[in-house]
Amino acid sequence: MEKSIAELEAQFQARIDRGESIEPKDWMPEKYRKTHIRQISQHANSEIVGMLPEANWITRAPTLRRKTALLAKVQDEAGHGLYLYSATETLGISRDEMYEKLHSGKAKYSSIFNYPTLTWADMGAVGWLVDGAAIINQVPLTRTSFGPYARAMVRVCKEESFHQRQGYEIMLTLCKGTEVQKAMAQDALNRWWWPSLMMFGPPDAESTHTAQSMIWKLKRKTNDELRQLFVDITKPQADILGLTIPDPDLKWNEETGHYDFGEIDWSEFWQVVKGHGPMNKQRLAARNKAWDDGEWVRDAALAYADKQEAMKEEKQELKKVG
Amino acid sequence: MKKEWPVWEVFIRSKNGLEHRHCGSVHASDADMAMENARDVYTRRQEGVSIWVVETKHITASNPAENGEFFEPAKDKAYRHPTFYELPIDLKHM
Repeated sequence: MEKSIAELEAQFQARIDRGESIEPKDWMPEKYRKTHIRQISQHANSEIVGMLPEANWITRAPTLRRKTALLAKVQDEAGHGLYLYSATETLGISRDEMYEKLHSGKAKYSSIFNYPTLTWADMGAVGWLVDGAAIINQVPLTRTSFGPYARAMVRVCKEESFHQRQGYEIMLTLCKGTEVQKAMAQDALNRWWWPSLMMFGPPDAESTHTAQSMIWKLKRKTNDELRQLFVDITKPQADILGLTIPDPDLKWNEETGHYDFGEIDWSEFWQVVKGHGPMNKQRLAARNKAWDDGEWVRDAALAYADKQEAMKEEKQELKKVG
Repeated sequence: MKKEWPVWEVFIRSKNGLEHRHCGSVHASDADMAMENARDVYTRRQEGVSIWVVETKHITASNPAENGEFFEPAKDKAYRHPTFYELPIDLKHM
């Protein structure tokens, strides 16, 4: 006899609770499939759009060493996007559909990439803070319930650690440099600090997806817990640089064993999420341009493959006749 | 004329959460038979929870004789590794 949906869902959840992984051909609730398509494709989109703010500085990197490192980082991000799009495809959505959703503005990507990269020091701050925050968000995902996502995240996390280190090295070099260079580093920290804290998402009290995501192990810690972890880890790193985190309320709390920190301006966060950040329009325009400009290449490759296939068939025909 | 059954490569997932790994091949006349043969040959002791079979002729393999130039691009890129970057020893969590 057919099992009822409720029974299937209970069995499904029991598997996740036992720590089993869910694989693409396993039965899964429609909501699980849809949520994972949304989250993993948004994660992929973030990797791809995340290439843009850094690509802005590749041609103007101050040394060959910095340039090769930045190129390698941006290449990694393209690779991470591809791992994640592939993982999403196992859930029954096509690559073209995902691109269409990104390009039309229907699908989201991380809001952090809607901020501009104004100086070379931003390459340091992005690597240190943005990649630092991303690592904290991503490490728990290596143990998430959906197998292809978890396996993609293992690869991503392994490759990500150089990203943060090259960023921090840039900051360190600037901070050991002239007064002007150190001021550049401080300015970059000032601009990237708060948007980095926003990367962990809205406060727990207002986070609509948290409860369900915890049950599916798409989240293993709440937004606020991860944000606190980031602040606790990052403050001592800023001290080594001799830079000041732009928050007068940031101080060590003996009782809690954590740093207290100031209010986040959530109105800014929502404004950027809704498409009104400083770079939203440029980012989408750049993606669309890349896609449109690449059309002839995609078509030419297919035309070439078709031609090769036709020639092969023709040869076989000739052989038969001969 | 002698007709030989085609070769199928067999990939097995030992448990959910792990990737399918190549474990060998079987001969079979079609995909269904390849699946059953793979089960009988490679999972007699419950070695797997999922099997993929793919006809060998559909696999495009790199040529080991060309490994030198084929994998050369990654050879001189030490900066892709975290250890390339020099950071203070008192720096934690990075």
